[in-house]
Amino acid sequence: MTNLTNLTDLTAKAAVDAIAAGDLDAAELFTAYREAAAAEDLNAYTWVADQTPDLSAAAALPLRGVPLAVKDLFCTQGVPSQAGSKILEGYRPPYDATVVAQLAAAGTSLLGKTNQDEFAMGSSNENSAYGPVKNPWDHTRVPGGSSGGSAAAVAAGLAPWALGTDTGGSIRQPAALCGIVGLKPTYGSVSRYGMIAFASSLDQAGPFARDVTDAALLYSHMHGRDPRDATSVGRPDADAIALPTGERLDGLRLGVPDDLTGEGVEPGVWTAFEAALETAKGLGATVERVALPHAGYGLNAYYVIAPAEASSNLARFDGVRYGARAEADDLITMYTKTRHDYMGTEVKRRILIGTYALSSGFYDAYYASAQKVRTLIARDFTTAFAGVDLIVTPTSPGVAFPLGAKTEDPLSMYLNDIFTIPISLAGIPALSLPCGLSEGLPVGLQLAGPAFSENRILEAAYALEQAFAFDNTPSAIGGAPS
Amino acid sequence: MIDRTQVLHVARLARLQLTDDEVERMSTELSSILDHIETISELDLSDVAPTAHVVASEGALRADAPRASLDHDVALAQAPDPADDGFRVPSPQA
Repeated sequence: MTNLTNLTDLTAKAAVDAIAAGDLDAAELFTAYREAAAAEDLNAYTWVADQTPDLSAAAALPLRGVPLAVKDLFCTQGVPSQAGSKILEGYRPPYDATVVAQLAAAGTSLLGKTNQDEFAMGSSNENSAYGPVKNPWDHTRVPGGSSGGSAAAVAAGLAPWALGTDTGGSIRQPAALCGIVGLKPTYGSVSRYGMIAFASSLDQAGPFARDVTDAALLYSHMHGRDPRDATSVGRPDADAIALPTGERLDGLRLGVPDDLTGEGVEPGVWTAFEAALETAKGLGATVERVALPHAGYGLNAYYVIAPAEASSNLARFDGVRYGARAEADDLITMYTKTRHDYMGTEVKRRILIGTYALSSGFYDAYYASAQKVRTLIARDFTTAFAGVDLIVTPTSPGVAFPLGAKTEDPLSMYLNDIFTIPISLAGIPALSLPCGLSEGLPVGLQLAGPAFSENRILEAAYALEQAFAFDNTPSAIGGAPS
Repeated sequence: MIDRTQVLHVARLARLQLTDDEVERMSTELSSILDHIETISELDLSDVAPTAHVVASEGALRADAPRASLDHDVALAQAPDPADDGFRVPSPQA
């Protein structure tokens, strides 16, 4: 019914508009994506819808039945939700996560569940019990993580947009490594109910999209206070999310934190970042240095707080109420063997770190101190935002790295998130926008703002996106796609 | 330095069985991660209040009114070993 050559080339917003205008059939669009997703060779999906649902009702809703890929960390009623873990193999939740239900009510249709690092612990998607995901730009490289499947699916045209979660960078870093847009919203603006918990004081759901407009559109239907998540606050009254339109940055003050951007950044990433700053100046922005004196301790604090919260959250996986169980003659051995047999190495590592940090005699030295460092980091950002509107950094210190390159060295893997973690600890929003290439691979620009400044971030990102004119079609350099 | 005994102690607290190889590996890896974390001790934190949550969630309590919860059968449907309307587990005494 349409003369479009390839339906999966449409952005989500363009698809919404075309369906609303009667130029595109929602079911036809769903079928095109379903067939593409079922035939994919990136291992981005762990489950794909096996038929096209009746979309006549959804097509009348604001998001018009446009398909949505959902990270496997979200509970989806009756649909496998395995969180990248063998311990949840075949688990079909009896309810939907609030954000999944909200988006379905707004008219998205569930296309598939995407692969991820086990329980969202990882920066490369290599910690999945269902195998690593390949980067669409180079099949020998990682897509980033932990939401690697969602990022790869959107970048490869296997989904118009996708849901991810970000605890220390799990939306922003894979968005950067796959050349797409990813938004980590302000902590508390989106419900965490039904998101399988990793670190509850940091976890936040957000959108992956091919462009800034689509990210704004999806997020505009995600936020809101949820009575089932006591930490959710929604957004301040009347502060709805608007689709961005401005193409200038006149008067916008950007801050570059010297304390964070000193060492460890690949030269090609730094070059792309500096070029992005020049582009911003050309659009009327000013760029100045800002101090974040404690941000450099973010990684240290994070690797106490996140594992501590994880060690508590993951206690629920004990072989009793759901998930896998190892057979044993007594109860304690059943618990310990189940957790040994069905959890991966990184998950065990973090459970042990977290348990150690919370254990008698070590609590003050680790957990209590880390929470104080968190206070200092949040204060640094508040002070910095008195002088600038947004803080900008590269999203990740490097481009997508080869599969297997960092799996033997946990610390080098953790360093991937050095620019994203301080922002998570402060609970503030940040977006990753593709700003160029280094060695033929995408580089992400991270824009962070004060709590609830998503509109400001999206406006700035939109203006930069027009100026960068980044071609987000994966060029498939090494290990070319079929 | 986290030695074997400490790894085994923490693993017991976490209800996590480890093979001998895993104990070795975790001892080395946890030591290097904890060494890295310990640079926090460079900071003077004596007058700093801790932050547990960045969002102040006031009035998050719901009304104390009865409401529907998951149906019994639905709640048991994913259990590895449901029996007699409950979750069956091996005896703690065996």
